[in-house]
Amino acid sequence: MSIAFPKPDEAILSRRKDIIGGLGRIVAPEALIVSEDERRAFETDGLTAYRQMPLAVVLPSSTEEISAIMRFCQENGVKVVPRGAGTSLCGGAIPQADAIVLGVSKMNRVLDVDFQNRIARVETGITNLGISQAVAHEGFFYAPDPSSQLACTIAGNIAMNSGGAHCLKYGVTTNNLLGVTLVQIDGTVVQIGGEHLDSAGYDLLGLITGSEGQLGVVTEAVVRILRAAEGARPALFGFERVEDAGACTAAIIAAGIIPVALEYMDKPAIQICEAFAHAGYPLDVEAMLIVEVEGSDQEIDDMLRRIVAIAEPFRPKTIKVSQSEAESAAIWKGRKSAFGATGRVADYICMDGTIPTGQLPYVLRRIDEITKSYGLGVANVFHAGDGNLHPLVMFNINKPGEMEKAEAVGEEILKLCVEVGGCLTGEHGVGIEKRDLMTHQFSATDLAQQMRVRSVFDPLWLLNPAKVFPLEGRLAA
Amino acid sequence: MTVYTPGDEQEASRIIGEAAQKGTKLQIFGHNTKAALGRPASADAGLSSAELKGVTLYEPAELVIAARSGTPVSEVVRTLADKGQELPFEPMDYRSVLGSQGEPTIGAVAAMNISGPRRIMAGAARDSLIGVRFVNGRGEVVKSGGRVMKNVTGLDLVKLMAGSWGTLGFLTEVTFKVLPKQERRSTLLIRGLDDKRAIEALSQALGSPYDITGAAHLPGPDRQGAHTIIRLEGFSVSVDYRLAEVRRLVKKLGSTDILEGRGADALWQSVRDATVFSGLSDRAIWRISTAPMKGPDLVARIAQGVEAQWFYDWGGGLVWISTPAEGDAGAAAIREATRALGGHATLVRAPEALRSSLDVFEPQADPVMALTRGIKASFDPSGILNPGRMYAGI
Repeated sequence: MSIAFPKPDEAILSRRKDIIGGLGRIVAPEALIVSEDERRAFETDGLTAYRQMPLAVVLPSSTEEISAIMRFCQENGVKVVPRGAGTSLCGGAIPQADAIVLGVSKMNRVLDVDFQNRIARVETGITNLGISQAVAHEGFFYAPDPSSQLACTIAGNIAMNSGGAHCLKYGVTTNNLLGVTLVQIDGTVVQIGGEHLDSAGYDLLGLITGSEGQLGVVTEAVVRILRAAEGARPALFGFERVEDAGACTAAIIAAGIIPVALEYMDKPAIQICEAFAHAGYPLDVEAMLIVEVEGSDQEIDDMLRRIVAIAEPFRPKTIKVSQSEAESAAIWKGRKSAFGATGRVADYICMDGTIPTGQLPYVLRRIDEITKSYGLGVANVFHAGDGNLHPLVMFNINKPGEMEKAEAVGEEILKLCVEVGGCLTGEHGVGIEKRDLMTHQFSATDLAQQMRVRSVFDPLWLLNPAKVFPLEGRLAA
Repeated sequence: MTVYTPGDEQEASRIIGEAAQKGTKLQIFGHNTKAALGRPASADAGLSSAELKGVTLYEPAELVIAARSGTPVSEVVRTLADKGQELPFEPMDYRSVLGSQGEPTIGAVAAMNISGPRRIMAGAARDSLIGVRFVNGRGEVVKSGGRVMKNVTGLDLVKLMAGSWGTLGFLTEVTFKVLPKQERRSTLLIRGLDDKRAIEALSQALGSPYDITGAAHLPGPDRQGAHTIIRLEGFSVSVDYRLAEVRRLVKKLGSTDILEGRGADALWQSVRDATVFSGLSDRAIWRISTAPMKGPDLVARIAQGVEAQWFYDWGGGLVWISTPAEGDAGAAAIREATRALGGHATLVRAPEALRSSLDVFEPQADPVMALTRGIKASFDPSGILNPGRMYAGI
């Protein structure tokens, strides 16, 4: 394992029984998980290469219980790792041996839906898709759609400021959140925001979103819900050169068109996905774009016609404009199965840097060189409209040393993203995975300012403390 | 009063570092066009971004623009317009309401989170702000965010800087996500609706799939003079289609007209800049954000306690209210209404004496104020940056 965890606090480990006893006085017996077998279900998240057995797991049912648990933990110096569904790809929910896991999964009710004000109030253990399902009967939906939306919770989405394939038009979590109930580590319950737009005073809502469970636990949320478009249809373009796909993307945007999704796949990704999903992807091209637009049939036809005209000068080898729901589904099936399909052919780690989109050809060339220099392969899927890159670095976990090589490739790719003006993570978060790379993107002063703000909320650094900030050079604890 | 006008970030860092050592309180501004907005704060010296000028990065294909904080908004708008793009959030121009002159700066747009009618569709300034550089109250240069629109690396200090009114740091450079300017704008006008029916109509339009980019209601001197306006933007074919659909949705409410061109643009500008209140220059102006459907109830409640005129933007969720600039300018009635119905009110215009004696911003619950004070201290431990501009001690 190359990512270090802080050394567990022996004093806490030795008091495990007392701590469990204290928690047992707050929650019902079935909400407290202490046996080794049952705790094992919580020892990792979506970053399965790393695991840590927590001290105990507590699954409370109310804000009041969470407040009492938090107060108890602060008073006893016990670390708390908040958890939604445990789908984090950066290890954001991986426990520590001297920490309890506080999961919100039992708090999954829809508290109120108000279509006229276009908001939903929910407990944060509800899944992302659960919100959309609760409002679908009126044609509404909750816009951010991370690919784990079937499983991931809104609590986790808020903690990670999750995005999705449609954020070019609809934004990410922070743009769709109006209010939260936050429980601080001392047990204080704070209402932030509400049912209105923009906040009085400092934008605490914006600060909490994406804070990776280090500022508090969000137990309730008010989110914006939107009326879904009348329809949506994609077109698919295959190009012989990476540069053409990049230039075509730029030309679409320059023409004043903001597609609802603009996805890029490189040759290895196309081949892997086609073999799995039989989506009808062209196998003889170097790069492929999926461009989706929304509206009525008539608007979609008009927009796709414009996009095809814009693409033509870049000599696409394949143009396929979806004519039906079945064709649309086939085009998306390939892209949406990218991670699963890659998992069939190799072990992989999924990176998540963002780059200025103009740097795409250079960055893809460098990614290819970097992976080859380690003797590994890579498939690239990319949210081309917003620059969010997902290289899937493939390796064989049964070959000694390969995973370490893949991690080294990932690290070099992320450094490259920062070098060309981008960032380490576009939507997955820092977690433990990118923690030690933070100094490549931020100066010591930048990080110190972030850490001072963190300390305002959690002076003892008990909340998810192994994450985000490099273990060296911390301001506190 | 000495006014410092640093020419670069390093100079700003040195000035603030020295001020922190000496405890010199600094009033932060660009060209001071919004000096009459916010709590009157005492300061020993001024620190202006006026010499931090110029667009530093503009990549139309990447939908991103960066500029030094003292760059005039007009220059940013012009640069974008040359490539057919714009600031998505349609920032308000406060000069008419505040009776000020000079060039508003792009730094202030970020620092005050200034948005306009399109906020309902495209988000506020804070939603488009993707990167900042600033000098904190310790004289340190700090950056947060960057030039890419999808970025979740570390704590989002960008959001904290947006709307902190210069109390956390002196912005030196801001980076915004931008959008293409739409081919056509068209406005549907419904006449003669009372507030409640008007907001219901707007809510119906905003709950439709037709991407409304403006939704306002301007009550007239009498019911007949009331104008409810709904704006659509996009490619011409699409605007035609959606206009017809929205018209169908609201047609049972009354007669509708379609407005386009200069007249329509001027109408939306008067909504954006609150110049709907023209001729009322001696009155106080409040800006209240609330849940859209609660707008009319909020107004009714306030109007019971104080003589008021008003109009609605953001589909009812943004209420502009003008009250007599005397007594408490309606503060008690307004704060009571926001407490009861939710939302927050800002006293946008009032004589200095009133702004000194009243809360300009919505008072916050104790735990929120505790966090607010902690955050202020974490950026500006000596309390030298715009002290007291937002709340006492903040």
